[in-house]
Amino acid sequence: MHDAVQAAANFINLDAVNMVYLFLVGFVGGLVSGFIGSGGAFVMTPAMMSMGVPGLVAVASNMCHKFPKALIGAIKRAKYGQVDIKLGIVLGISAEAGVLYGAHIQESIKKAFGDAGSNLYVSVAFVVILAVVGGFVLMDAWKTYKSGTANDEEKATKIARWVQSVNIPGTMVYFKSLNARISVLFTIPLGFATGMLAATIAVGGFIGVPAMIYVLGAPSLMASATELVIAFVMGLGGSFKFAMHGLVDIRLAMIILAGSLFGIQLGAIGTTYVKPFIIKVVMGVIMVIVLFSRGLMVPVYLSQLGLIQTLGEGTVKVLKSTSFAIMIFALVLGAFIVLRAMWQGRKAEHELATKEALVR
Amino acid sequence: MAAYNENVKKKPYGKLIIMGIISVALYAELLLNQDVINNTFGKGGIYAFLPIIAAFVFSYFHGSFTGNFWTVLGIEAAKKKKEVK
Repeated sequence: MHDAVQAAANFINLDAVNMVYLFLVGFVGGLVSGFIGSGGAFVMTPAMMSMGVPGLVAVASNMCHKFPKALIGAIKRAKYGQVDIKLGIVLGISAEAGVLYGAHIQESIKKAFGDAGSNLYVSVAFVVILAVVGGFVLMDAWKTYKSGTANDEEKATKIARWVQSVNIPGTMVYFKSLNARISVLFTIPLGFATGMLAATIAVGGFIGVPAMIYVLGAPSLMASATELVIAFVMGLGGSFKFAMHGLVDIRLAMIILAGSLFGIQLGAIGTTYVKPFIIKVVMGVIMVIVLFSRGLMVPVYLSQLGLIQTLGEGTVKVLKSTSFAIMIFALVLGAFIVLRAMWQGRKAEHELATKEALVR
Repeated sequence: MAAYNENVKKKPYGKLIIMGIISVALYAELLLNQDVINNTFGKGGIYAFLPIIAAFVFSYFHGSFTGNFWTVLGIEAAKKKKEVK
């Protein structure tokens, strides 16, 4: 209860400029999430913290906007037949366990090495995971583009074909997105990893979506739509946990939600116009750019821990603002690619309709 | 005339307005009473249900409003849905 009183005292005063700022960041974040199933959170939390919101309140409030947003996005994309609810729930529940474990690790690191240690851990996790997974996703999208097979149906990878071929009696479940029966012994660790990442870097989808595509063999459109179900399940549990400690600032959450619901609807509509590999392009581009943003912060934390020479205050400030600017750039660029692809898709559809009308 | 009507889908203006008014009312309520609401919602424990319920309520009305908003602007899903297997 003492925590709650303290947290309530930490709820900041909101002025009109801050509200418009949160609304806009929410909109762009929502647009990207509607399209690739996640994203935006990595900007939302630091954006709130830059307004003076304490870290935990920012994380909690972000989560409390994430689950209703994901719900609306999932419902929208389910209408387009892109959601595998069963896979989303199965992965979502194991992701919840991953979140709890991830939070536990975070706490232990914080106890042992302090704030700087915990920040360093988060940044290094960011850089390593985004470099490996983001690089792979982007390369795959590039290969598809170069090979001229962007219009073909996506093929399952070798690993996915193997995963789908393994039969472990008593654990097999049919998933419509995979059009195959696979063992939950494969989905549980993937969900767990997604949750752990969500607890560490706030964007579980950066593992969840590529895992569904490359390890399980789901098409990109279904993987990104199903991620919204996972985000809902995970976000609901997480928000409740934070709310129990009185950490959710409902005003922040709802203002971001106001913008992000405009965005998520548009992002979801966008998926019906684009070739599937565009999903990979947007995700890969964002992941690789965010990687640089977090990479810039590594020397700051290393110096705080005394592992390298202490950096001057001015240098730290420059690194921090550059890192934040790069993150915003990643999100805006992602939103730009989505809108551009959607615009081109709509134009092509319109031209086709005109041609058909002329032929008749 | 009948053929014409078939091609022109009615736009959900009524729904947009109703959901819009409810959304605005919800946000006005939240921002005008922010001190009371934050103090109550931030109490923790059993009060944790309040922010969760609020999130569902806001997302229902505002989500419906934003969906209709794009429809009214003519931004809708592609007519030829992609075959997703």
